[in-house]
Amino acid sequence: MTRIRIEVDGDQVPGLAGQTIAAVLLADGRAAWRRTRTGRPRGVFCGIGACFDCLVTVNGLRDVRACQRRAADGDKVDLQEDDRD
Amino acid sequence: MTEVLVVGGGPAGMAATLAARRHGARVVLLEAGDDVGGQYWRHLPHGRADPGERHWHHGWDRFLALRAALRDDADCEIVTGAHVWSVDRRDGAPPLVHVVVGEPDGQGREPRTYDPAALVLATGAYERTLPFPGWDLPGVFTAGAAQALAKGERVAVGRRVLVAGAGPFLLPVVSGLLRIGTEVAEVVEAARPAQLAAGWATRPWELLAARRKAGELAGYARELAARRIPYRTGAAVVAAHGTDRVEAVTVARLTRQWAPVPGTERRIEVDAVCVSHGFLPRTELATAAGCAVGADGAVTVDARQLTSVPGVLTAGELTGIGGVDLALAEGEIAGSVAAGGTPAPGAVRERAVFRRFAARLAAAHGIRPGWQAWLDDGTVVCRCEDVTAGALRRTAELTGSRGLRSLKLTTRAGLGLCQGRTCGRTVEDLLTGADGVGLLDPGRTAHRPIAIPVRLGELSDSTRTRNREDLP
Ligand code: FES
Repeated sequence: MTRIRIEVDGDQVPGLAGQTIAAVLLADGRAAWRRTRTGRPRGVFCGIGACFDCLVTVNGLRDVRACQRRAADGDKVDLQEDDRD
Repeated sequence: MTEVLVVGGGPAGMAATLAARRHGARVVLLEAGDDVGGQYWRHLPHGRADPGERHWHHGWDRFLALRAALRDDADCEIVTGAHVWSVDRRDGAPPLVHVVVGEPDGQGREPRTYDPAALVLATGAYERTLPFPGWDLPGVFTAGAAQALAKGERVAVGRRVLVAGAGPFLLPVVSGLLRIGTEVAEVVEAARPAQLAAGWATRPWELLAARRKAGELAGYARELAARRIPYRTGAAVVAAHGTDRVEAVTVARLTRQWAPVPGTERRIEVDAVCVSHGFLPRTELATAAGCAVGADGAVTVDARQLTSVPGVLTAGELTGIGGVDLALAEGEIAGSVAAGGTPAPGAVRERAVFRRFAARLAAAHGIRPGWQAWLDDGTVVCRCEDVTAGALRRTAELTGSRGLRSLKLTTRAGLGLCQGRTCGRTVEDLLTGADGVGLLDPGRTAHRPIAIPVRLGELSDSTRTRNREDLP
C-alpha cells in the first residue's frame, strides 16, 4: 500500500494512495472542514457526492467534493467557507 | 448495429449493457466513478485491492463475471470518470447527452456529446434522511456514507456509532461498521412491529420466490444477535447533541404515525450516528430528457422499461426503490429492448417477484407523517442554506403562498449547492403540512436542468459534438 501525504491548511496529513480526500481527513480524526453561510461546521454527510457538504479547495480550485476526489500525493487542500451575505 | 448509451455503472446499468451486447448492439457505458459496481458493489480502488474483498459483498462473483464480460468485449466501451451534466431533448429521438470526462469537480475535463440510437438511464437513487435537531452536526452521516466509507475506503465514521432510520438497508450498514471494527451501540428502526408485520408477515408465500433476499436479511439479523446489539423498533433519533461534532443522541419511542412519545427519551453517548429513512430515485437526467414521473417520484415505465420519451429506457432504483435483484432484472430487460430484442422470460419473472418484494418494503418501512413533530422551529431543514423549519412554516403562513417555487425563492430552501437533493422532499412535506391545503406545484424540487456543477471554462469548451458515426 502506497503512503501519501497531503497538506491540509498547512498541516502534513498522511493517507493511502486511492483514498478520497474525505477519507484521509476522517482517518486523521477530522470531522468538519467547511463552514456554511451562517458559520455552521460541515464535513461528510452523504459520502456519495449528493449533498455538497464536504467541499474543499484542492490545489487552488474551489468547490471540490472531498468524498469524490481521490487524494494525490502532495495535494494542497484548503478548507473553505461559503460566502456570507 | 444499434448504438446504445447506458448511463450508470451500477447493477442495473451493467446488466443493461450486457443484455444489449448479447442482442448485438454496440454499447457505451458511462460511469462517474473510476470503476463499475455502483453503490451496491462499491469496493477498494484498483491500486489498493484487498484479497478478502468478496467477504464485504453479496453476489461478488456475479459482479466479477459481469465486469469481466464487459471489459473483455471490444464492442463495449466503458467510460469511467464520465459526468453527465445535461441532456438536450429532440423530437422523436433520444436526447443528446453531454458529458465531461475527468476528475470529479475538476477543470479542463474532456467534453463529449453522445447521440445514441437508444438511451438507458440507470442513475440509481439518493438516500433520504429526515431532519432532526442537530442533524447538521459533523458526525451525523447518512447510513450510505458510513457504508461507502467502510466498503470503498475501509475508514470508520466513528468509534461508537448509533444506526437509525427505517428499512432493511440499516442492516448491511451495521455489518460494514462491525467489519471495520466500530462498536454499534444500537440499531433503531422507526416502524413499529404492527407496521413491520403488515408489510412482511402477510401472504408469506409471495416471499418464497424472493428467499435469496430473505436469507440475506436473516444473516444480518443473526449477526446482530451474536454481537448482542439491540435492534429497537418503533423508535427514532430525535436529536443529536454536541458543539463541533456529535457527542450524544436522544432516542424516543414513536407512535404508529412516527410522532415521538413524550417522556420516553433516552440519551445515548456516541461519537457518530448513521441515519437513513429510505431512498429517492435520482431523476434529474430522466426529467431533463422529458420522461414522465409518477406521484412517488419514480420514472414511469411500461413492461419493456420504455419511458414516455421515444428511445429512452430506465432501469433500477430510478423506476422505484427495489434493491439489487430488481435492478439486475430491469437492467436485463431494458438492455435487450434498447438493442431491439425481446426480453428473456426469466428476467420478466424476476422483475415481478422483486416488485412485490419492493411493495412490501414500502409498506413495512414507509415514512409516516408524525415525524414532523420532532422538529422544533430552530431545526435546520435545508443544510446548504441553513433554512430552519420555523422559517419555512412562517413564510408559508405569512405569505399564504401555495407555490413551491415562490416559497423556495423566498426562503432559499433547496436553492443551495445540493439543489434540494437532500432537503427537497422534506421541504415539500413541511410546506404541504403548513397550511393544510397542499402545494400548487408539488414535485418541482426534483427538477434540475444542470445535473452536476460544471466549470465555466468547461462549458465554453463543450461544443465539440461526438456523433453516432464517431462511436467506437
Ligand atoms: S459528503 Fe455529500 S457530497 Fe461529499
